[in-house]
Amino acid sequence: MIYGSRVIPEQFVMIQFRNVNILLNGFTLEKVNFRVPSGTYAVLMGRTGCGKTTILEAACGLRPIAAGQVYLMDREVTMLPPGRRNLGLVPQDGALFSTMTVEEHLGFALRVLKRPKQDIKNRANELAGLLGIDHLMHRRPLGLSGGERQRVAIGRALAAKPDVLCLDEPLSALDEQTHTEMTQLLRRVHQETGVTVLHITHNRHEARALAKLLIVIKDGKVLEGDHARLLMADLDNEM
Amino acid sequence: MSEKDAPETKLKAEHITLPKHGKNIQQHTPPSQMLPSYRADIPFILALGLITTVYVTLIVGMLTAMVFYVELPVIGEVFTNDRYRYAVLLSLISCSITTILSVWVAVPTAYLMSRVEFPGKRLLDGILDIPIVLPPLVIGLALLMLFQTGAGQFVQGYVRFTYAIPGVILAQFMVACAFAIRTMMAAFAEINPRQEQVAMTLGCSRAQAFWWVVLPEVRQGMIPAATIAWARAMGEFGPVLVFAGTTAKRTEVMPTSVFLELQVGNLSMAAGISIVMVVLAIAVLMLMRIAGRGTSTFV
Repeated sequence: MIYGSRVIPEQFVMIQFRNVNILLNGFTLEKVNFRVPSGTYAVLMGRTGCGKTTILEAACGLRPIAAGQVYLMDREVTMLPPGRRNLGLVPQDGALFSTMTVEEHLGFALRVLKRPKQDIKNRANELAGLLGIDHLMHRRPLGLSGGERQRVAIGRALAAKPDVLCLDEPLSALDEQTHTEMTQLLRRVHQETGVTVLHITHNRHEARALAKLLIVIKDGKVLEGDHARLLMADLDNEM
Repeated sequence: MSEKDAPETKLKAEHITLPKHGKNIQQHTPPSQMLPSYRADIPFILALGLITTVYVTLIVGMLTAMVFYVELPVIGEVFTNDRYRYAVLLSLISCSITTILSVWVAVPTAYLMSRVEFPGKRLLDGILDIPIVLPPLVIGLALLMLFQTGAGQFVQGYVRFTYAIPGVILAQFMVACAFAIRTMMAAFAEINPRQEQVAMTLGCSRAQAFWWVVLPEVRQGMIPAATIAWARAMGEFGPVLVFAGTTAKRTEVMPTSVFLELQVGNLSMAAGISIVMVVLAIAVLMLMRIAGRGTSTFV
């Protein structure tokens, strides 16, 4: 698979947590173990307050971990600052920069990397086309709808061609129609870019619609593979 | 969302609390979020109004009384008399320098206090409040003592502070900066820390995230910090009197002029200078507000 300027082997383990312990307000997430192969759309699911966002923050280097290791591709990034991990983060609220236009958002990461202006403009236009926000390029976040804001946040995160796109409940605050549109958009973005996605949600329907790999947090433990699927089936039966 | 939906979106945004640029200086509840008032609420609202009216009446009353007390030639004398003109000029220059220094110090200090956890933070937080709670005369006295020490004397060997213009600025700065720091801390608290975190995941160092994301976001918050610093500096009397003295055409600023005129019983002149101070304060406030209307872009 060719992604950006790098050649990434097919089904290479893109992100891996090895026996990670994370201190959380009042409790500890212990021995978090999971691995996401490259190009996979992984959904990390669990109830509100179970520590999903904390795991994502730990992956991004925004929260210190008490023990264990985090690997991105074949390099350990446990102690690396966020900017050197090559991850793109989309927070729940988008966290857009109110002083910047949409075009500036889409070019932000490349400006930080001091890329030529024309490259930045081309990449911004490419992302705007992919995300359907061409007509918003000169607008600032104030006045954008929830869906538009999330599109901009996704574009900003994708700009520097990250190894992993980390989505923190990106659809939770959207109405039903926008939610459906955004689900389709995320699927399309994943197909067209081939980026590895780690998507966090508490919504089972959302998880089922998007996940190629399901990871579930229950009672402070991380379940993946058959365990996670069984748990999902149990939850469905409870409904 | 298509372009044709944009006006509807905008209308929606005005009625829903979306993050708004410059919200950190917004002190009023937006009309859309105000509670409806019912007949049963009228006594309560009247009581609130009564208390407010008492205070507003006092403000308007004292300003009006001063305006009617002063004759126009007296105000003219403030600008024609060399001594008063010097005091006005020194006040304007020293307050402007104090404001710039205060904002320079307040922005990094407030950011440190708002975003970084470190041992002794609570102690530092308390120390930063000392200039606010100390009686102004004591600040002047403490500054005087400081510049009697070895370190103070060493500094004085290069720049004279006591009974000199730098002393006026330092005395004003000591108080004004504390208020600017508090205002900036409130402004930083309004900014979503997620924005910095996102910037850091996009390749920014902490310093770059501060310069490129936080600083443009908080720029609107600097206006009230500068305004309050300027206003405090303009009104500062005690520390300036004790630390810099009141030598005419040297360290005399407008508040000390008012004091000196009162000392000799020239109430009319004291009121004249005070009116000029009020007008200058209002003018600066208006300018700051106009300056605050601009929006910033990516640097």
